[in-house]
Amino acid sequence: MIEETEFLAPGHRMCAGCGVALSARIAVNTAGKDTIVVSPTGCMEVTTTQYPETAWRVPFLHVAFENAASAASGIDSALKMLGKRENKNILVFAGDGGTFDIGLQALSGMFERGHKVTFICNDNEAYMNTGIQRCSATPYGAWTTTSPPGKYSIGESKPKKPIARIAAAHCIPYVATATIAYVADYQKKLKKALAVDGPSFIHVLAPCPSGWRFASDELIEVSRLAVQTGVFVLWEVENGEMENLKITKKIPQRKPVEEYLKTQGRFKHLFKPVLRKDVIGQIQAEIDKKFERFGL
Amino acid sequence: MAWRIIEGNQALAIGAKLCRPKVIASYPITPSTHVPETISEFVADGELKADFINVESEQSAISACIGAQATGVRTFTATASQGLALMHEMLYIASGMRLPIVIGCANRALSAPINIWCDHSDTMAERDAGWLQFYAENNQEALDLVLQAYKIAENKEVLLPGMVAIDAYTLTHTFERVDVPSQAEVDRFLPPYKPLYAFLDPEKPITQGSFGTPEHYMEFKYSQQKAMEASKEIIDQVFKEFDGKFKRRYHKIEKYKADDAEILLLTMGSMSGTAKDAVDRLREKGIKVGLAKFTVFRPFPAKELIEIAKRPKVLAVVDRNISLGHKGALFSDATSALASMERRPLTVNFIIGLGGRDISPQNFYEIVEKSEKILKKGKVEKELEWIGVKKEMIP
Amino acid sequence: MKISIGARVEEAGSSIKYKTGGWRSYRPVVNKDKCTKCWLCYKYCPDAAIEKGKDCAVIDYDYCKGCGVCAKECKFEAIEMVPEVK
Repeated sequence: MIEETEFLAPGHRMCAGCGVALSARIAVNTAGKDTIVVSPTGCMEVTTTQYPETAWRVPFLHVAFENAASAASGIDSALKMLGKRENKNILVFAGDGGTFDIGLQALSGMFERGHKVTFICNDNEAYMNTGIQRCSATPYGAWTTTSPPGKYSIGESKPKKPIARIAAAHCIPYVATATIAYVADYQKKLKKALAVDGPSFIHVLAPCPSGWRFASDELIEVSRLAVQTGVFVLWEVENGEMENLKITKKIPQRKPVEEYLKTQGRFKHLFKPVLRKDVIGQIQAEIDKKFERFGL
Repeated sequence: MAWRIIEGNQALAIGAKLCRPKVIASYPITPSTHVPETISEFVADGELKADFINVESEQSAISACIGAQATGVRTFTATASQGLALMHEMLYIASGMRLPIVIGCANRALSAPINIWCDHSDTMAERDAGWLQFYAENNQEALDLVLQAYKIAENKEVLLPGMVAIDAYTLTHTFERVDVPSQAEVDRFLPPYKPLYAFLDPEKPITQGSFGTPEHYMEFKYSQQKAMEASKEIIDQVFKEFDGKFKRRYHKIEKYKADDAEILLLTMGSMSGTAKDAVDRLREKGIKVGLAKFTVFRPFPAKELIEIAKRPKVLAVVDRNISLGHKGALFSDATSALASMERRPLTVNFIIGLGGRDISPQNFYEIVEKSEKILKKGKVEKELEWIGVKKEMIP
Repeated sequence: MKISIGARVEEAGSSIKYKTGGWRSYRPVVNKDKCTKCWLCYKYCPDAAIEKGKDCAVIDYDYCKGCGVCAKECKFEAIEMVPEVK
């Protein structure tokens, strides 16, 4: 009945409607059998590898939270020395914590050294594994358990770190952004990433129903709206040429950002008890500025 | 086999090279930096067929070694002090994953204040990490212990990582005559690495680094402890085999004039050489003093210690480290091992040589003098003594 | 069972022993007549719990967690979420 092999088997404990689960499934199935998956500590790692079971049908390695890129570097070197490097993919699935924050140093080192590894950041914009704490991927204005709105707080007070641009600044052969709503775009980018001779990076927006506070069936719609409102722009940079950044999904008529914000409980304090036009206006202004600056 | 005049760091590097690791990942740190420098030259010159990864931290060095060893190759790295401390988290993971990685460690004090000189606080802080620990007295031992550490670590009854510790400067930067075995001789001693369980192969996809719940976690720790226990016999076997091939016999605890000693010094690392000299001088004066040097600290050679401790009346445990709030690490472990003896010797702990404070024969004369008083009185009045501390400087 | 050396899991994909179907409070039901076999639901299923059947999409109720993504995204309204009866 199933035509394609599922390399991430069901029975894993990721939440119903998990964006990371879908992103990982798309990516590992696109990469295929000759793939080694590395993952830092995080939601996906603990929910797919509970001893004595594993959801992985490809070789899988987890070491710690901060070092997936270093462990992947070691795999790349070892395979080379074994004469088994040809036709194999090394795919890292890291969360935003393991990429933006605690894993950034190791990631930068791996980029600089030029290991042939495809690093996928499944970004759900907070530390979900520990229970929705803010991180440097959390967007401005969002509620998390450590950026609660209150008398002196509008929620997260800092803008999101531009991780894909930071990756691109390393001038590695391939950097892209993607999201699970646009599967074909994601798959195309993955194939490009896997084909380059050196490091590649894909920043995937992977909404989290539990942490973003939306009904699980809204998963794709939330992901789509992120693109349609310009919150998340789909682009790629090839051969390290940042000046040739290419938008892969043009949005001729951008929707107002409210449409995205109001789908998620993590922004509900911006609408009730009083409508925070100032904060929403600022979020919108930042998006507008981004589109102007990059001539989108 | 050939004699060469080399420093301790080169002894570690040459020892590692002779074991043919396929991946070396390293980050420089004083005073172990000459190890990666020397190995990178071997790789650059084609003397060693390996991939040398210049990582961006010690944490990444050990992580890359874990990744490579989990893929199925022999790996090596070297570090010291803060570098080892930065590896701390990964040390537990390497042993929990049963990856027989071997590392060289230059024993250097831990900050603060920052200090680049010798003591054993860095490796002692990792004594619970599930690694085999070997301590060298001289550069010959440094080289030999690397060869033996791989052989022990990779034994199927063991499968635990190991570290070979050498004292900062007194060994790392001191040139000594070392008998360097030939590659062919080492090849006959240490076969090529074949992973028994740890590999990353799409033809046989396994998961490494799984999530262990309370249902299984204790069993994994029990297995590690069982492997540590099993390693005790394997260490003896490997030491014996090494002696057969290279004519140098190692012991977990090496005895020096210990058999008839009334006062026995317990030592580790390069201080043992100084202590042996002191023992010789004191013996000339008719003092019945001897020495027992711990070459292996993990697994702790409790059985051997009990045997050695049967005759002496005072054990003077000389620690080049301090577990702040208690005593030295060797003292703690030694006294707990002796607890089961019916008639145990008196035990006293001396802290010495922290942060590179020079250790002289005079220090050992003082230690023996204090031990003689204990012997005479038949009891220990002060269990912990600091040797060479300028107490007038303490506010 | 005997534990492995180093907590390795040697049986690939063994998570299938753990049936996540019990998590559901709503179950997706496919209307065979409306299904056009576009396989969008198959693509979007986070749990690999939809199979490409001969006549229509087939839900694997052993693993479907009932997230409802398939029903929501189906352009032909061929999937309905029905409350699970306890």
